[in-house]
Amino acid sequence: MDSFLIITSLLKIVGILFVVILPMVSYAVYAERKVSAAIQDRLGPNRVGPAGLFQPIADMLKLLLKEDFTPRTANTFYYWLAPCLAVMPAIITIAVVPFGSTLLGVPMVIADVNIGILFVFAIASLGVYGIVLAGWASNSKYPFLGGIRSSSQMISYELSLGLAVIPVFLLVGSLRLTSVVQYQIEHGWFIAPFVGDWLNPWKWLLAVPMIISFVVFVIAIFAETNRLPFDLPEAEQELAGGYHTEYSSMKFALFFLGEYAAMITGSAIIATLFFGGWHFPGIPDGSHGWIFGLINIAVFFAKVAALIFVFMWVRWTLPRFRYDQLMRLGWLFFFEIALVNIFIVAAILAYLPNK
Amino acid sequence: MSDQNPSSQPMLNVQIDSVWHQFPKGTRIIEACEQAGSYVPRYCYHKKLSSPGNCRMCLIEMGFPRLGPDRKSELGADGKPLINWMPRPQISCAQDVAEGIGVRTNSPLVKECQRGVMEFLLINHPLDCPICDQAGECRLQEFSVDFGTSQSRFLEHKVKKPKNAVLGPRVTLDDERCILCSRCIRFCQEIAHDDVLGFVDRGSYTVLTAHPGKELENNYSLNTVDICPVGALTSTDFRFKMRVWFLKETKSICTSCATGCNTIIGTREDVIYRQTPRENDAVNSCWMCDYGRLNFKYLEAKKRLLEPQIRREGKLVHTDWSTAIAQAALQLKQFSGTEIAIIASGRMTNEELWLTVQLAQSLGTHYIDIVPRRGRGDDILLSEDRNPNTNGARLILGSASEPGANLLAIADAVKSGQIKALAILKENTMHLGVPLERLAQLPVFIAMNILSNEATEKATVVLPACGFVEKRGSMINGKGRLQRLNRAVRPPGNARDDWEILRDLIQAVGGGDSLLSIDDVFRRIGETVPQFAGLTFSKIGDLGVQILQMEELPPTHPSDEEKIEQAVAIQARRRAVRSEST
Amino acid sequence: MAITVPRPKLNWRERMYLPAIVAGLAITIKHFKNMLLGRTKVTMQYPEEKWDSSLPDHYRGAPALVRDEDGRVRCVACQLCEFICPPRAIKIIPDEIPSTDRFAKVEKYPEEFDIDMIRCIFCGMCEEVCPEQAIFLRKDYAITGFTRADMIHDKEKLLEIGGVIHGVILKWNEKK
Repeated sequence: MDSFLIITSLLKIVGILFVVILPMVSYAVYAERKVSAAIQDRLGPNRVGPAGLFQPIADMLKLLLKEDFTPRTANTFYYWLAPCLAVMPAIITIAVVPFGSTLLGVPMVIADVNIGILFVFAIASLGVYGIVLAGWASNSKYPFLGGIRSSSQMISYELSLGLAVIPVFLLVGSLRLTSVVQYQIEHGWFIAPFVGDWLNPWKWLLAVPMIISFVVFVIAIFAETNRLPFDLPEAEQELAGGYHTEYSSMKFALFFLGEYAAMITGSAIIATLFFGGWHFPGIPDGSHGWIFGLINIAVFFAKVAALIFVFMWVRWTLPRFRYDQLMRLGWLFFFEIALVNIFIVAAILAYLPNK
Repeated sequence: MSDQNPSSQPMLNVQIDSVWHQFPKGTRIIEACEQAGSYVPRYCYHKKLSSPGNCRMCLIEMGFPRLGPDRKSELGADGKPLINWMPRPQISCAQDVAEGIGVRTNSPLVKECQRGVMEFLLINHPLDCPICDQAGECRLQEFSVDFGTSQSRFLEHKVKKPKNAVLGPRVTLDDERCILCSRCIRFCQEIAHDDVLGFVDRGSYTVLTAHPGKELENNYSLNTVDICPVGALTSTDFRFKMRVWFLKETKSICTSCATGCNTIIGTREDVIYRQTPRENDAVNSCWMCDYGRLNFKYLEAKKRLLEPQIRREGKLVHTDWSTAIAQAALQLKQFSGTEIAIIASGRMTNEELWLTVQLAQSLGTHYIDIVPRRGRGDDILLSEDRNPNTNGARLILGSASEPGANLLAIADAVKSGQIKALAILKENTMHLGVPLERLAQLPVFIAMNILSNEATEKATVVLPACGFVEKRGSMINGKGRLQRLNRAVRPPGNARDDWEILRDLIQAVGGGDSLLSIDDVFRRIGETVPQFAGLTFSKIGDLGVQILQMEELPPTHPSDEEKIEQAVAIQARRRAVRSEST
Repeated sequence: MAITVPRPKLNWRERMYLPAIVAGLAITIKHFKNMLLGRTKVTMQYPEEKWDSSLPDHYRGAPALVRDEDGRVRCVACQLCEFICPPRAIKIIPDEIPSTDRFAKVEKYPEEFDIDMIRCIFCGMCEEVCPEQAIFLRKDYAITGFTRADMIHDKEKLLEIGGVIHGVILKWNEKK
């Protein structure tokens, strides 16, 4: 193997994980608290450091110092395994997401595999195991109910998730995520596919199913990340915390990290699929100089940050679904809508002149 | 009412508040009204005392049957006699019922009279209820609410009278609060036969005082505090200690002599604050003596035994109950029945005495007796026999001779060395007349007691027990009445109920028998002692049951009399020696 | 009896919920914006800012004992507050004032007066029941301590909080 590839890959992994993702996770928690406070006319954390900026460090120290308690009747092996399983998929998924163009000729993606989106779905589905195992291994009724809810919810929404992105790949013709970004640079972002081709009515027609696709995908991602209004596995009020009721200290923190990591990953995928990835009109890619490579990375994470804000904004606006409503929505609406949407896009493509 | 009516007494028809009732001849109108359900307020009247009629609180309207020309009662539409009402009110406490009279306790005139009397009484009465000990059980407070007005028209300064005046060693008087009802004066004259109180300075400045050169120091002085309707006479002992509304009231009996006066024990949070007499016409009427009333302080003494102790390497050390009981049983079992003696107490309950007998039987000993205790009695309540349960011991120990007659024989046996193991239950060994050094040489010396004394310090096993307010049980008083003790407070420290200690000891010695509650013990007594047959604790009731028919004290064998006299004489001598030394 | 809650009839737009969701999002973002621009001012920064000055007159804080103008502890240990106290926070041990004392006429005073502030529920019944106007609820609300014993206010502490009261009825004057 090429040693250059290994070294750059390692640098990318370490860089993206420890410099970007983990700080982002901890500051996402801080941001969540600040955003929710602002929405509710409060101040949020403001005591630790200027404007409470050191709050994540204080939280982490607190969680580290807490008693790490394992219930006597828990299944210890799975009890310990579950938090790891909750974090790993969210972080692994980042591997195939292009977070920049190129920097000094090195492509800013850890693994540019040609089945990118399938990899994403494959790994992301593993996330449910963490929750199900946590619920089962705790040997306690509330976590158990949380685990059950989680597994059925994940299965239900994974269908719509998968179906919702098919139109994107019908257009692109490749499952590679870098190709998706490249296609959007050339033809306009998928939430506005007519950009650069204002006068083509067929492109305008294409915008409609793409918007539908986007909405369904975003909602399904909400459900996949267990965020409100789909946080039924946790449901503090009903299940006293759901699957992580029996967890404390760092194991609890891992679940917490997992949720926020999943949110970041989800935002990154949405940004890649619908918002043109690292592309911003008028900014050239990294081949025009390393400064542009850095700017591209910044643009990507700015998009991710904006989407994370949307996640939080939605969370502090909407109430939680009832469980039957959640299932009805998934199976009776989004599944059908996504399915029909595929045919619409396929029909448009079949009759689309000068493709 | 029918049960209060001896058949010889003719019944009289009386109309009270428009309803006709029947009462036996000789019933006071105030009592008749109370029995008919119309309570008439009163200050000076007390049913056990004479009626001077000086408080005017019990005013009622009264009338006699209207007579026709034929000197017969005219009948109304309902067939009952018509009544001619008298124009002015009468006091109900000084008149007996008569045939056909009518009484109104609730008419506008009566209410106006009651309001007027209340206003007069409150003219000079200080409004210091926050510091007055009577507050909460004060007739003046109660009747002021029920029958008085809410405000006074009196604007002048109140009359100043002596406060905090010492009437006697146990009674303190606040003359400002006195409403001059004279109950205390009549009590001293009629019940205590010690005429020391009286009113002086007649007029606005009338005060209650003791006659010059005398004090209210008789043994019944504290009853004047009980019957005082206001806070004028206060118990120096109870004064300012606790508000009466906090006191938990437990019905029990006094155990200071064979009379067994019925009492109410006032406690709060396991502290005893006072004892007051409880009405029982078969025993103590409404009274009790000061000696018995105040005889509970020793239960809170510093030398109270709190932990079971055993002798280890020559020193008494604290231990737990199972160890102490096991050790006591082990020590007793070393010796045969002829080497063991048990000295019980006439202060123990029937249940405890019965268990003691069981213990003696399982040890095979016949040396068992109680310590007689005599003192000077009076012809009011205080009995010469200061053991509250001599009759119980007589029934349950079942020996041929009188309780206490064998004590000297046991003492001799201890002195001679025949007795190797001695168990003293709830008694002071000093009464035995055996030198302390001799007791210290006994190989086994088990003491169950409330307080520590010279003898418990020589014991091999010390078992801390309960006082009379800390346990349930029954006793038979000098007149043969079975009465009930109730638990008012929990025992302090690790002290345990006596019957439980004895039961555990019996089981440890080998007479394994499951007695789970003191009611079980009582039932078992009923199986062996015929007088107890068919009785239970609840059947004894608050007022007791007469189970023996006897005079004040039953006759004893002449020889027993002599022995008991000797035992009592030793006791008295010991007590004299001890009081000199202290 | 079972009650059927009537459900509103929704038209297709309402049933899509999306307009309602967007409206909700608009409301929350408006609050967010106002907060960021500093237009909303709700929170009080507690240890730095306090609302002591704006406490209403009837505010019920820590109960306290008071002295009168002559320096006498007004309490006469009648124990009515101990009786009325719903959580049984008050414990009083009364005693007699010696006859040599200046206020011997009052006869009774609290030898010990403890209020367990862990138990106190600030209901104000003690103040209401007091026949001597001796106990008042002051405005102190930050009652803290490191141990349970710290949280029991004894007579000295209660008098320190209470201070001296002027202009109330003096019923133990010599003339009365």
